[in-house]
Amino acid sequence: MHRLDTPIGRWTAAVLAHVGLVVAWYLFVELGQVPKFVMPSPQATLDALLNPSYEWGRNIAVTATEIFGGYLLALVVGVLLALLFTWSKPLEALFLPLLVTLNMIPKVALGPLIIVWFKYGVFPNTLMAFAIAVFPILLTTARGLREIEPELLDLVRSLRGSRWQLFTKIQLPGALPYIFSGMKVAAILAVAGAIVGEFLGSDKGLGYLMLQVQVTLDTPAMFMAVILITLIGMTLYGLVLLLERLLVVRDARVT
Amino acid sequence: MSAPATPGAAASGAAAGGGEPFIRLAGVRKVYRTGGREHLAISDATFDVMPGELVSLVGPSGCGKSTLLKILAGLHPHDGGTVRIGSASHPFDPGRDVGMVFQQPLLLKWRRILENVLLPAEILGLPMAAARERARDLLALVGLAGSEDKYPYELSGGMQQRAAIARALVHDPRLVLMDEPFGALDALTREKMNLELLRIWREAGKTIVFVTHGISEAVFLGTRVVVLTAGPARMADNFAVELPSPRTLDLKTHESFGAYTRRIYRLLGME
Repeated sequence: MHRLDTPIGRWTAAVLAHVGLVVAWYLFVELGQVPKFVMPSPQATLDALLNPSYEWGRNIAVTATEIFGGYLLALVVGVLLALLFTWSKPLEALFLPLLVTLNMIPKVALGPLIIVWFKYGVFPNTLMAFAIAVFPILLTTARGLREIEPELLDLVRSLRGSRWQLFTKIQLPGALPYIFSGMKVAAILAVAGAIVGEFLGSDKGLGYLMLQVQVTLDTPAMFMAVILITLIGMTLYGLVLLLERLLVVRDARVT
Repeated sequence: MSAPATPGAAASGAAAGGGEPFIRLAGVRKVYRTGGREHLAISDATFDVMPGELVSLVGPSGCGKSTLLKILAGLHPHDGGTVRIGSASHPFDPGRDVGMVFQQPLLLKWRRILENVLLPAEILGLPMAAARERARDLLALVGLAGSEDKYPYELSGGMQQRAAIARALVHDPRLVLMDEPFGALDALTREKMNLELLRIWREAGKTIVFVTHGISEAVFLGTRVVVLTAGPARMADNFAVELPSPRTLDLKTHESFGAYTRRIYRLLGME
């Protein structure tokens, strides 16, 4: 048995927890004789993948495109806007309070409007993922860029450092941990945004598929769709964590 | 101001021998204005610093000692009096000739120690190969040889402050300004750092202005002590400290050491 405070111990515990959940699920369904349309067994859920009419590959690709597309757009726009605000005080004074208000809008409520404006399909759903993911990135980045110790500012000023040097050598690398903490929150939200978009109006994607199979009470396919959506989200989150590990020194990470 | 009861007071002003002072402050005054109200931060600051001296600025919070340091660094303008640093034959460049150390080490968490020390050299655009060489030498000087590739979080507070001192020296400034650099350290580490600073000062041969609210620290380190008082903010005393050199911790039990500290306590109304 590995100790839990070693890396191997923690990995083992994580795998065990996941396997344990599947086992509990299996036992619950088998021993409880739960009907398949209420809760399918793990095996039945896997079997749903064999139904070719569900076009799993295409639907995965569509949903993943919406999630990753919306997320990347949110990352670029969020960081750029935050940079703009740190470079221009009037812009920040004017737009940051506005953005805090806009952030209060339940982005899900924008869904019907987005459909009115952009019809339905991959693009409006990408926009939903974007709308919901952009705020945490923008707000944490703006905050990270502002968090600079006044004495560090004195140090750079005493050396007659330029604004650009202050930005590249201190502000931006200092903001990186904040950007990542926003990116992690945004990764989870982008998945929700894309799926809600597909629920509200679309003709492809895993969320769309879920509504289709709901009608026929194909619960195993619904379970499978949820698992696949989760896996797409975990892939995105994992990539963000990996990037953070590469770019941010351990002590500086915001958790 | 004079308080003749103290040994060494008569010799004030001649600590580093004759010659022209490196810094000359005369009647320096600074007023902050907030919401129409004026707040006097410094007045009557008049003292000279000879090249190579280590001058302690001591006083309670709000006496303007940090403000004075910022004026010397060229970060704040002053409202009255004159500040002259350097000489016509050897002019002072406030951008290149000032090194700063603060109460917090303020190392950049994402940079290794060597890269942290190199920051001023990068900002000033100095030739990096030579600066790197110098940074390594300085890290050895402050007792951090072997820590070049560590990250700040891997070092203790005292060691981080040593790195901050190396950073303040990397561009070879003529003047090093220290704002309560050991104020955040525990008492034992602080005493150790005091000895280390004296050694670094002797070896690096810099002029240092050292701000502290520690009275015994001010006397122990300074070749000269400038006492500032708060409410009203003004300079209350300026005297040379004549203690045997090199200074060791047992000097603190020395009779004249006690006389110097008593002199400061009296000025600050604590005796």
